[in-house]
Amino acid sequence: MIGTHYVYWLLFALMMIGLYVVISHGNLLKKLIGLTLFQVGVFLFFISIGKVDGGSAPIVSDDVETYSHPLPQVLILTAIVVGVATLAVGLGLAVRIFETYGTVEEEDVLERDTTP
Amino acid sequence: MIVLDIASVVLLAAGALFVVSGGVGLLRFPDFYTRVHAAGITDSAGAGLILLGLLLRTPSWETGVRLLVIMLFLALTGPTASYVLAFAARRDGVPIWREGDPRR
Amino acid sequence: MTVFTLINISLLAILVATALTVSRLRALYEAAMLSALFSLVTACLFVLLDAVDVAFTEAAVGVGISTVLLLGGLALTRSREAVTPRRRRLPGAAVAILAGGTLVYASQDLPAFGSADSPVQRHPLTDTYLHQSQEDIGIPNTVTSVLASYRGLDTLGELLVVFTAGVAVLALLGPLAHPVDARRRDDLDLVDYRVLRVISAMLMPFILLFALYVLFHGDFGPGGGFQAGVIFAAGFVLYGLVFGLDKAQQVVPRVVLWALIPFGLLLYLGVGVVNMLLGGSFLDYDTLSSDPAAGQHLGILLVESAIGITVAAVMTTVFFSFANRRATR
Repeated sequence: MIGTHYVYWLLFALMMIGLYVVISHGNLLKKLIGLTLFQVGVFLFFISIGKVDGGSAPIVSDDVETYSHPLPQVLILTAIVVGVATLAVGLGLAVRIFETYGTVEEEDVLERDTTP
Repeated sequence: MIVLDIASVVLLAAGALFVVSGGVGLLRFPDFYTRVHAAGITDSAGAGLILLGLLLRTPSWETGVRLLVIMLFLALTGPTASYVLAFAARRDGVPIWREGDPRR
Repeated sequence: MTVFTLINISLLAILVATALTVSRLRALYEAAMLSALFSLVTACLFVLLDAVDVAFTEAAVGVGISTVLLLGGLALTRSREAVTPRRRRLPGAAVAILAGGTLVYASQDLPAFGSADSPVQRHPLTDTYLHQSQEDIGIPNTVTSVLASYRGLDTLGELLVVFTAGVAVLALLGPLAHPVDARRRDDLDLVDYRVLRVISAMLMPFILLFALYVLFHGDFGPGGGFQAGVIFAAGFVLYGLVFGLDKAQQVVPRVVLWALIPFGLLLYLGVGVVNMLLGGSFLDYDTLSSDPAAGQHLGILLVESAIGITVAAVMTTVFFSFANRRATR
């Protein structure tokens, strides 16, 4: 079990670190960084499922027999670029929140909303 | 061919040694400037020697040309990065460590 | 224990250690720089897992673009995080442990790492992608053929998301939201750094040339529209950082960038519509030429260029939007 699944477990640990940061930390920018950590864990998980032992990159040539699966790579390739695009939107929102509330701490923002 | 193999192993080992010493320096040097110096070693000597070692075992000339191009770009960018870091720190007034000062 | 396992475990250990450090750091500039390191290690892992195209993208995006965006966002807000109170730590830890435990429990059903007879690898589509594609399309890099041809519609959707994100950032931070908030020229200008300027000016043509190489070489080796677009954008970002925003915006005026954002998407859609007009289905490149393989080549080239244009324009616009904003303090 350990010999065959260790990669998945380490990647789950990575995802959970990201999830913890997203839930527990109050700073919006830190949450975005945590989201990136989580995201990279998911990316690596996808890619590791497509990996074949002794395989090679899925670029067909005559002297290669086994290839890793190309489909997860295609999905993740596009997901990385989409990920940075969404990160930019998140950062833009955080900047606007800072300009309106003067803080990027979640609790301070909520407090300012509740006090009339 | 055996001579080339031995030479490449020696170069790779020397490169690895420089990378390790750069890492150790990064952890143990007392101030910013000495640490930049340690980090610069990994870029220039470490990566350069490793690339040279790899160059001796490339099967085809296409790969060799690529390695040479990578070396050229590393030689241009690595020192620039170290210089800019040190220059920026100097401009911001980061103090230089002298014998007897505490680590920072 | 093979060499592969050893490298794999060490890289994963570095990743987890970096992630832990990032999660504990309260100085967010440091956290942003460490997440760039995190991306580099991830790129190494992708190479180890045979995903060279992905590694390429991750290296360009994670180190080049997202670090600059994070630093730009931090420059406009606070760069120090408040202490996380104890009562907030518990729920997060509980959720993480629960979810992680569930994942580990569920992972018992997963096929062994690297096994060649898992359902994914045995599926008939694998053979289509790896061997049939050589006759259908005839380009060696199967990642490109799957991305641009077999799953072309999917990629169109992804490009649409990038487009939407670009429009959203423009709406949030762009000059459309605050027409008065135009340029700002102070600390982003690195004009004093002569060595940096000379070296950057020297490397700039090579960066752009490399982006073009990546775009057109995507059929045969790692590369393609997404990578090329990101490298282009990284080149412009470097130019803007070193030579000042004013100069960068003279080289690529914002109006041109705004026009290029929808242009790439429309080019992609246009290829699909032309396919339909020629009697095929949407994005069926066989119709583009009398020889189906030549049609596929042309279609993939057009679609990859379209992706490259939109991605480069969106990333550069996003950078300009952040950099043009004046910090409010």
